[in-house]
Amino acid sequence: MLREPQVGMKSRSLEAEPAARLEQPVVSVENLSIGFGGAGVNVVDGVSFSIRRGKTLCLVGESGCGKSVTSLAMMGLLPPKSTRIPSGRVAFREQDVLHLPIRDLESIRGDGMAMIFQEPMTSLNPVFTVGDQVAEAVRRHRGVSREAARERALEMFRRVRIPSPERRLNDYPHQLSGGMRQRVMIAMALANDPELLIADEPTTALDVTIQAQILELMRELQRETGTAMLLITHDLGVVAEIADDVAVMYAGRIVESGPVEAIFRDPQHPYTIGLMSSMPSLAGRAQRLATIPGAVPPPQALLAGCRFSTRCPFADARCRAEVPAFTREPGGHGWACFKAPLEMSAGETH
Amino acid sequence: MVDAAAPILETRDVVKHFAAGAHAVVHAVDVVTLSINRGETFAIVGESGCGKSTLARLLLRLIEPTSGQVLYEGQDLTAMPLDALRRVRADIQFIFQDPFSSLNPRMTVGALIGEPLLVHTRLTRFEREARVANLLRQVGLRPEHAERYPHEFSGGQRQRIGIARALASNPKLLIGDEPVSALDVSVQAQIINLLTDLKQAFGLTLIIISHDLAVIRQMSDRVAVMYLGQIVETGEAELLFDRPLHPYTQALLDAIPVPAPGHASGSAKLMGDIPSPVAPPPGCRFHTRCQHATDICRQKEPHLQIADDGRFVACHRWQEIPSASRSRTAGAQLTDGATQRFALYRQRSVGTASPSAAPGGVAP
Repeated sequence: MLREPQVGMKSRSLEAEPAARLEQPVVSVENLSIGFGGAGVNVVDGVSFSIRRGKTLCLVGESGCGKSVTSLAMMGLLPPKSTRIPSGRVAFREQDVLHLPIRDLESIRGDGMAMIFQEPMTSLNPVFTVGDQVAEAVRRHRGVSREAARERALEMFRRVRIPSPERRLNDYPHQLSGGMRQRVMIAMALANDPELLIADEPTTALDVTIQAQILELMRELQRETGTAMLLITHDLGVVAEIADDVAVMYAGRIVESGPVEAIFRDPQHPYTIGLMSSMPSLAGRAQRLATIPGAVPPPQALLAGCRFSTRCPFADARCRAEVPAFTREPGGHGWACFKAPLEMSAGETH
Repeated sequence: MVDAAAPILETRDVVKHFAAGAHAVVHAVDVVTLSINRGETFAIVGESGCGKSTLARLLLRLIEPTSGQVLYEGQDLTAMPLDALRRVRADIQFIFQDPFSSLNPRMTVGALIGEPLLVHTRLTRFEREARVANLLRQVGLRPEHAERYPHEFSGGQRQRIGIARALASNPKLLIGDEPVSALDVSVQAQIINLLTDLKQAFGLTLIIISHDLAVIRQMSDRVAVMYLGQIVETGEAELLFDRPLHPYTQALLDAIPVPAPGHASGSAKLMGDIPSPVAPPPGCRFHTRCQHATDICRQKEPHLQIADDGRFVACHRWQEIPSASRSRTAGAQLTDGATQRFALYRQRSVGTASPSAAPGGVAP
């Protein structure tokens, strides 16, 4: 198997592929680390990735892995008083989002990058009609007339395929179903043609038949608009359906990343393999599901070495003491594990 | 005397309507007849608002049915005086979705698990403590965890506590309402395995309520699919998943994203939302979203009919509709190396699995 020479921690950042150098990524996160409170561990630690126009990167991981914190940092939404950002850059429109004054941030949010959340009900204001809320987002960034903003809202409602859109503009959030509310959120997020859409578990609260509709809608809209998308999810089925690239996070670090095909066909990191093994399958009943023993350790209990070493069936003394470097193959598939490929090192002690 | 071949639990034409305002009525459960066999795992599946949780609560008479009967070992729970019902409830226990909100935060784990023993048995304090310690071990926790409080545990461990509490009264039947839905995938697998083991060890019958078809596929022997308060298809899990007969079952299975990139997603995508249970559509309740619907579906309510393989399906047109035999991909086509890796992982993780030894959320 082709491996790049071992590289130090610095090169954990995504090396742009030669073919892609021509096209600048829409956003690139470089060696981002985030902590909360005074000292203590970084809940996001050395995270790097970039997304190109029209592409979808899925950030996968379980609760507490730092995927949502990463996305909030990208939007400049972390509380400045309690957040420490010891290292990193979020490059967007040739600026570093992490060090922008609030005025500039506000004009980027909603216009350059927009975000949708898991529970649309809590992101919509219950006392305004959904039409007014979408129109307001348009007026805030485009400074157009009320009529023009309303016209744009109607156009967006049509594009997200809300049935009888003229009537729906005058509905309040509580009058809509969960799926319709998420369509409204998508309409609002895309109303100003953002270059980047961040979607944090956008279909997790929805029923499967509605989830299928929303995923299809997001795919279609992306084809039409070329928006780059960061989709945060814990659902590997959703990842397979929508991702171009995948980054798997565990306890604040990216442990494996690469093109979606490579991640599913040739996963290397024991955590990725464990996650895939734990999923029950629709295809048939397993005697017994493989599991990942234990649970994600709380941040204060994280060890010096590989953060997965406390739960990894392959870990040894070195894993518990040293942080494995992120190595990347020419195709873009990379991982951070001393034991990979597992089939070659499985004979060793553990 | 209990007849081992007789169903452990039955419902007969159970109906539950809730008043919604002055004139409206929510048809939460509308004429459901079920029969659950001793020792099986029976799953009830459906989307939000289909009435599956209401049905689960009716099974235990946690809420009163509007009409119909629920029979536990032949006795009608709906006609039973409360003290007799309390005795029966030692036999039927409930596991909830969110273990945190179902555990009193001011009680120690030992007190929480011991409480059903206090209610249902006459054990001495010493005997109770010994039994609690034993239960903790059986669910993969340690006896010394009895001294701690729920907030000191991770989500998966809390669900283990909930399960230990449910097992304390030595039940015969365990009803789990979305018992693994709030958990992360890796922890979810642990709890699924635990429930499977405990079912064997205690000779339990399980009823699992879930919206997650993959979880149901893994756990259950028979399945009932609900839509807007009614059962649309029920039968052997194997048959139902491989050859769904009802168009709703077909669509539900098709909607699940397959964890294999490039897999062509299903063709039976459903349009629109689930109608309101306040005004369910006339005729077949599914007709507003069904691509096979005709006039008869809009006018006449279909009843459950028996198919050749013993399944029941409520659809006027099930014999004409292709049964959508599906060869579901288990996942992506793996490279040879990855195939070996998965085998190694399974071998190692089963070999080293000592769930209670892992620290998880609790400092050792």
